[in-house]
Amino acid sequence: MNEPLLQVKNLCTSFDVDSGEVRAVNGISFNLEKGRVLGIVGESGSGKSVTAYSIMRILVEPGRITGGQILFNGEDIVQYSKQQMREFRGKRVSIIFQDPMTSLNPVYTIGNQLREAILLHTDRNHEQANARALEMLQLVGVNEPEKRLKQYPYELSGGMRQRVMIAMALACEPDILIADEPTTALDVTIQAQILELMQSLQKKMGMAIIMITHDLGVIADMCDEIIVMYAGRICERGTADEIFYNPRHEYTKGLLRSIPRLDTGHTRLIPIAGSPVDLTNMPKGCAFASRCDNCMKICLSELPDELDINDFHKASCWMNVKQVYDEAAEDTKAVSLKKEGQ
Amino acid sequence: MSEYLIDVRNLKQYFPIRSGWFGVKAVDDVSFCIKPGETLGLVGESGCGKTTVGRTILHLYKPTDGHILYKGEPVTSETVHKYRQEMQMVFQDPYSSLNPRMTVSDIVGEPLDIHSLYSTKKERAERITELLSLVGLNSDHARRYAHEFSGGQRQRIGIARALAVNPEFIVCDEPVSALDVSIQAQVINTFEDLQQKLGIAYLFIAHDLLVVKHISRRIAVMYLGRIVEIADADEVITHPAHPYTQSLISAIPIPDPKTARTRKRIPLEGDVPSPLNMPSGCAFRTRCRYATERCAQERPPLAEIETHYEEPACSAAGHDDARFLRRRRHGRRGL
Repeated sequence: MNEPLLQVKNLCTSFDVDSGEVRAVNGISFNLEKGRVLGIVGESGSGKSVTAYSIMRILVEPGRITGGQILFNGEDIVQYSKQQMREFRGKRVSIIFQDPMTSLNPVYTIGNQLREAILLHTDRNHEQANARALEMLQLVGVNEPEKRLKQYPYELSGGMRQRVMIAMALACEPDILIADEPTTALDVTIQAQILELMQSLQKKMGMAIIMITHDLGVIADMCDEIIVMYAGRICERGTADEIFYNPRHEYTKGLLRSIPRLDTGHTRLIPIAGSPVDLTNMPKGCAFASRCDNCMKICLSELPDELDINDFHKASCWMNVKQVYDEAAEDTKAVSLKKEGQ
Repeated sequence: MSEYLIDVRNLKQYFPIRSGWFGVKAVDDVSFCIKPGETLGLVGESGCGKTTVGRTILHLYKPTDGHILYKGEPVTSETVHKYRQEMQMVFQDPYSSLNPRMTVSDIVGEPLDIHSLYSTKKERAERITELLSLVGLNSDHARRYAHEFSGGQRQRIGIARALAVNPEFIVCDEPVSALDVSIQAQVINTFEDLQQKLGIAYLFIAHDLLVVKHISRRIAVMYLGRIVEIADADEVITHPAHPYTQSLISAIPIPDPKTARTRKRIPLEGDVPSPLNMPSGCAFRTRCRYATERCAQERPPLAEIETHYEEPACSAAGHDDARFLRRRRHGRRGL
């Protein structure tokens, strides 16, 4: 079997703030194979962006990786020096951010910013870099690319800017593209354009993509595999079909129930009660327990292990441990019988 | 008395700019009506003027031209103070729309103060508690400040503030787009419960079609300051007639991998034209796959089937799309 391109092993990332240590990412592990599209979905604060930033090692102070390994082709990049990281970023793994306005430098032209990455990571001279920049802009479907090279970011629309970001990220043909909410700031028709573009480029260039989003629609559209995150941990993972049609974690089930659908008639939405957990004050057991309808005694005290549902599907939920579930059901039955007796 | 609660006729809202004669035509000749207790969804891309429509109805902007009738009576700058007891607004961003220096009871109580809706302090406090419980908060929350709450709770405070004057109509301007999916459903349900309990009509502005379809009875689709299609919510989703609506519907990301794989998108080329430099004739023609010469010459009329109801404003679709013609003859159900 081939070794996966990227292996994240028990990654922990923390932020030290006044009120204590915030464990934004709390021991997650996953593999990314070559040419696959992996989706990470979760609410704000679930640690999905921090995971991406950890892989790129662009965490802002006071964030730091407190444990675990990130193996790229077998090498641990957590141990990389600053110099090694500079070579790694952009060339091996690149990232596109949510907001294309703030992630492009407003005082440099598009051409300047595109060339920078190419000159840094390849042997091309200035002219060749320019030609490559032009080629990339054509590839991502920017009209009048020659003119665009001389323009500044403010002269382009949101969709255009995101195309430029993609062109910049792909200019050095990275093995992995991390897309952190790439279409959240865009309108739905522009979003469709960008997603189609990413899909066609992925087929053409064969890179792997880590797609981070809170939009289950985007995930369903793009991804082969899905990771569902909650409060810094992975609560469920599997192929797209398994996650959408056979969810086995209560949080995933709740998420799928709470989104409106187009195909069904008007049914009332079933929201997830409560609000997301406070990361500075994490509960002892399952982080989702306080919002879970089927919370059992064990959920409050012990963290469930990741359990194989089948070959393509894993979930960390006590509901899947038959013995535990049966015992809890017995308890509930006993309680209700007792009540009836009274 | 009119049968409509809100009747907007030929509303125009131009904003002056430094160069040019007419300024930006943010809203250009928009007409629609809302019945009591009904929800009209207003969708469109950013910059299409949907927020401006909402704000102009409440006279937060003075309309350039056109009429806004509330129960058949015109709303003007002179009379708007009175109507603000009937019409309220919930804003998009629950972080910036609440004053950080006011407690929740001050925020929710402010409309009561302005419209002098109480006689004793006790009555005011009771009313505030009642309003908070309506939106699912409790009286302990009244003494706290906005920053102590999560996004979903803040949006509830915003809704309680809007409800304070017992309005019959609320403009909801992207009320759930800043919230997480799991919280979104809570707030949407709150809106629906309030409508059932109090019979409030909503103009529900959003760019998320899944949410709009869920909550609205009818949907209006806007493009560059104009309404291009308005019909029953199911009709718009299942049989969109205007080419823009067709693309819009086909672009919705559907949270279902099997449908997502098989479905065909109708991609739109290019970007929305600048509202400073609007195309002649039909505003959508620069991106339309059916566009003909005629589209550049004349602006397609809003074909009326019944009073206050417009067919999709597209002439090309009428020629190319048999379904469109059929419906034009029969009119539409439920309107």
